[in-house]
Amino acid sequence: MAKPKSTKTPKPDELSKIDYRPPEKQWMEVPVEFKPGTYCYGARPKYLEEVGFPNPREWQPYEDDWKLPDNWKDIVLEGIDDRLKKYRSFRLFMDICVRCGACADKCHFYIGSGDPKNMPVLRAELMRSVYRKYFTASGKLLGKKAGARELTMDVFKEWWYYFYQCTECRRCSVFCPYGIDTAEITIMAREIINLLGCNTDWIAGPVANCYHKGNHLGLEPHTIQSNIEMMCDDIEEITGIRIEPTFNRKGAEILFVTPSGDLFGIPGVYTCMGYLMLFHELGLDYTWSTYASEGGNFGFFTSNEMAKRLHYKIYAEAKRLGVKWILGGECGHMWRLIHQYLDTWWGPADFLEVPKSPITGTVFEHAKSTKMVHVVEFTADLIRHGKIKLDPSRNDHLRVTFHDSCNTSRGMGIFEEPRYVLKHVVNHFYEMPENTIREKTFCCGSGSGLNASENMELRMRGGFPRANAVKYVNEKYGVNMLANICAIDRAALTTLMQYWVPEVEVCGVHELVGNALVMTGEKERTMDLRLEDLPGKEEEEEDV
Amino acid sequence: MVGSSQKGVNHGDNLTLHPKTMELRDLLQDRREVILRRWFDVIIKTYPEETSRFLQKEKDQFANPVGHAISEGISGVYEQLFGEIQPEEVTPFLDRVIRIRAIQEFTPSQAIGFMFLLKDVIRQELGEEIQKAGIAKQLVEIESKIDKLALMAFDIYMQCREKIYELKATEMRNMTYKLLERANLLKEIDDGSDQNDLP
Repeated sequence: MAKPKSTKTPKPDELSKIDYRPPEKQWMEVPVEFKPGTYCYGARPKYLEEVGFPNPREWQPYEDDWKLPDNWKDIVLEGIDDRLKKYRSFRLFMDICVRCGACADKCHFYIGSGDPKNMPVLRAELMRSVYRKYFTASGKLLGKKAGARELTMDVFKEWWYYFYQCTECRRCSVFCPYGIDTAEITIMAREIINLLGCNTDWIAGPVANCYHKGNHLGLEPHTIQSNIEMMCDDIEEITGIRIEPTFNRKGAEILFVTPSGDLFGIPGVYTCMGYLMLFHELGLDYTWSTYASEGGNFGFFTSNEMAKRLHYKIYAEAKRLGVKWILGGECGHMWRLIHQYLDTWWGPADFLEVPKSPITGTVFEHAKSTKMVHVVEFTADLIRHGKIKLDPSRNDHLRVTFHDSCNTSRGMGIFEEPRYVLKHVVNHFYEMPENTIREKTFCCGSGSGLNASENMELRMRGGFPRANAVKYVNEKYGVNMLANICAIDRAALTTLMQYWVPEVEVCGVHELVGNALVMTGEKERTMDLRLEDLPGKEEEEEDV
Repeated sequence: MVGSSQKGVNHGDNLTLHPKTMELRDLLQDRREVILRRWFDVIIKTYPEETSRFLQKEKDQFANPVGHAISEGISGVYEQLFGEIQPEEVTPFLDRVIRIRAIQEFTPSQAIGFMFLLKDVIRQELGEEIQKAGIAKQLVEIESKIDKLALMAFDIYMQCREKIYELKATEMRNMTYKLLERANLLKEIDDGSDQNDLP
């Protein structure tokens, strides 16, 4: 019988000789591995066909064959060439990075994932390396030594993987000494990727629906109307007041546009109820539109042209209805588009009037070109002029903090108005740490069309720095409500909190306004807008 | 019994006067800082090189939440080596580390493997002294405690993963279905089955 092998116990130093590091290879040589939970599904052909996007077909990113046309490489290189000629910023951002690394650790995806290809500098380098190879003399001559590489299928797949791991939040650009806007590199990359029909289903679906029906979900006019009426039922139950909003009403002074998340998503609907109550109390001459029924614009996550096509419906509707100006709800990228793109796309909206609050007489000079005012600016102005009666104690069960949405904060500088409103409608407001708010705010991790469910792990990574700051104020001050002014935030942060800080719920600022708003002729409030009992009120009733 | 004979005795005096009755827990207490530092270092080496540099270097807890959570988490877990494991005490600390690793690029074994790294670190750091003092038996006890903590870590890991699946499912459903259903705006496709079976 064979002698059993010696089972000598390893010595401590032998035991500890384990290398846990991933294999050391140059980043260019590590092809991407598609792990479930980190990417969105490929777009269904019907969505691409609806808007005339190229190469509609059934495909999935995890499949080997992406079913690209034979000349895919030419299409990509021509796509880059076109954009280099068209956008000076793109060429500049391809050329000027000195790889100082200031941006490297500022990205929420990098911080949360630890994957170096999520460093903004390296993510951009994925494309710059190809740019150098085909568009610079040094790259053509020196190749890898000049940081250049061939465009291969692996490289293209790597682009797809990582440019859909950027939320275009622009936090990195705040720290770049050259002012490189890495979001713009992602925007360009996605445009180029989409030339081959490699859109995600989560983005392409809303684009097609928006193009066809006016909103992301493809809701038809009667559905929108009946859902808003349902909210009015709830408001009546809470306040005893029946609100009768109007739809598609010609001759109204103001057109109100909000993201469709406010019409159908939870907790967005509570924000919407806040708008309805406020406008009713003011007696505002405004109308909803069932056609311009979406403030969001997922076209922005596919191409400049598509964003332009989708965006105009708001203005076309304003023209059709003959309103004077437009009031916009709590939305994120809608505001970035209005603030930064609208004038270039469609010129000043001269057929409208410079927005003037009919209640306070304030002229919103900053909106004299776009003719569109953010509802939080509108409400802050009302409060400043003492035009609404508020009882912040109705929000006393809430300890609130505010998340600056990337688009409204970094994209257009709305910092003070939401805080001003919040401080008047709640008694307990606490800021998160300085390096996680305002222009340094951490993204929700789900913006720019990444708020699908199949990429949940990715979203939880990207949202971790934000959640970490929320956890801090939850532990320190007992914060239990995370307010914000973006529909994607309201949806995405809700899920994010459930994973990282389940004690904290999420709301829009106008939900809290609705709670605090003292309405003429209302009955005593015993419920908040979520139809939940207001603490103390029930007991008072019992005591009586 | 290990640990019982030293109760009530001043540690410092005991170590000076009776070096041969040295307890492993005293060693673990005295060298707490260096062991935790080493444990932290080997954990962050499970990340790519650039990232482990960042996790180590950046001290701000909001700029480097992963490094901070690992540091706080393992320090709380380490305390459990000194007495009976208190599940309600240690769970939040294990959770801090595992909740992160459960959604990062790790296999399940890699995600909770950081617990076993503590064994290596203790052997490396205290191996010689343990041998000299002849307290290897105590080492076995500590290691079995680490194994128990690792099993708890696995439970937490699974809870995190299950939460992820639940969030995916809930989100899909909540997105529109509930509201549309409530508004009577959805009509299920009639496949001939009993409509009453629907939730």
